[in-house]
Amino acid sequence: MLGTLDFSVIPLAMPAILKGLWFSLELTVIAMIGGVILGTLLALARLSGGKFIGGAAKVYVDLMRSIPLLMMILWFFFLIPFVTGQPIGQNKSAIITFTLFQAAFYSEIMRAGIQSIPRGQVNAALAIGMTYWQTMGYVVLPQAFRNMVLVLLTQTFILFQDTSLVYAIGATDLLKAAENAGMLYGRTVEMYLFVSVIYFAICFSLSMFVKYMNKRIAIIR
Amino acid sequence: MNYNWNWGVFFQTIPAGDETYLTWVIHGLGWTIAISLCAWVIALVLGSIAGTLRTVPNKKLAFIGHTWVEFFRNVPLLMQLFLWFFVVPELLPRDLAMWVKQDMPAKEFLTAVVALGLFTSARVAEQVRAGIQALPRGQRNAGLALGLTQTQTYRFVLLPMAFRIIIPPLTSEFMNAFKNSGVAYAVGVWELVFVSRQMVEETGGQVIESLIVPTVLYIVCAYAANRVMAVIESRAHVPGFIVAK
Repeated sequence: MLGTLDFSVIPLAMPAILKGLWFSLELTVIAMIGGVILGTLLALARLSGGKFIGGAAKVYVDLMRSIPLLMMILWFFFLIPFVTGQPIGQNKSAIITFTLFQAAFYSEIMRAGIQSIPRGQVNAALAIGMTYWQTMGYVVLPQAFRNMVLVLLTQTFILFQDTSLVYAIGATDLLKAAENAGMLYGRTVEMYLFVSVIYFAICFSLSMFVKYMNKRIAIIR
Repeated sequence: MNYNWNWGVFFQTIPAGDETYLTWVIHGLGWTIAISLCAWVIALVLGSIAGTLRTVPNKKLAFIGHTWVEFFRNVPLLMQLFLWFFVVPELLPRDLAMWVKQDMPAKEFLTAVVALGLFTSARVAEQVRAGIQALPRGQRNAGLALGLTQTQTYRFVLLPMAFRIIIPPLTSEFMNAFKNSGVAYAVGVWELVFVSRQMVEETGGQVIESLIVPTVLYIVCAYAANRVMAVIESRAHVPGFIVAK
């Protein structure tokens, strides 16, 4: 019953929880930055018109999008040691998995963003003598990013929630830290409740922020 | 990279008992499908209700729908599963809690279904709301002007169109239900992820075989879900209204 809950365990467990939260955030931020860069390259590859490179990018994106993330986490965790010859640890494995996995999702967003730029702009840039990379770097991508920034943020918020899945390989993220602390102090219920509140607070404020920005940007357009 | 392929691993018997790993995989597939489909039914029913509530003029009802969505959307699925499995029983009255902990049949399965169902319901609700809001405002007004009640307007005018509009995003949510069902392993349901992990540990090195079969089965499930929805989409198509490919 509620009366038997003892939340005095929270201050004791706080350092461990913060460490877990830090890893969750670190994983989110690294996977976001890496994912957006890789995703943009994948999107450019798909739109480049090249048969081989475009096809390869499409296969990669479709494959990543059709495999459950949980399976992907296991794949990388068990396979990287085979490729490199030595285990690299749960945390690094998680970072690699999330970056490569999220790249597929970010690439679809970036593709939509790039396609939202009128074709005439590309032609105009090429006509005044810009190279392909200059056209992309100075004309297309800055606008594509700006058009898609909120969708990218929404994807990042999904990414943050998904980081809890690294539980499967025993990396100590926020959820795992809560479990460990709960076991250590024999207060699993309280720890789970507390961490749910943290997750909720972060995700809720992020989604509120996206909603607020959506309204502001809608007026400017 | 040296890897010893051994597909025969699926015909080996498990350490304790005389089943083969192949039968494990088949059981795993069965549980995965069972969890996903049951959860999808819950998600569709509750999500439709919550999504519809968000669009009604009554502020209180809209608030309930809104709270529902925010609550189930902003906590990770795995966390929600643990809340249902470990925390909720502790908060129940003593007798009920004892029953849940000791006697409840198929506890792990039911908890996973509830957690996945409610998590997905928030996503379905968002789509339903978007579908209703995508309709021209005139449709609601026309329904009311004809003398239909609010409920009738929803039942006969708004919802039939809204559901047709949102079939494509619902399709991807249906596929997500299969992909997300893997978290059930964490409370001990013997579904595909569980079988996969178990095989990796027990077969000592047959990592690729142990992972690839469940992965392919997940893809097949998601693809089947996609096809089913595609059939529904073309059957439900209203001539002249929504362009179906």
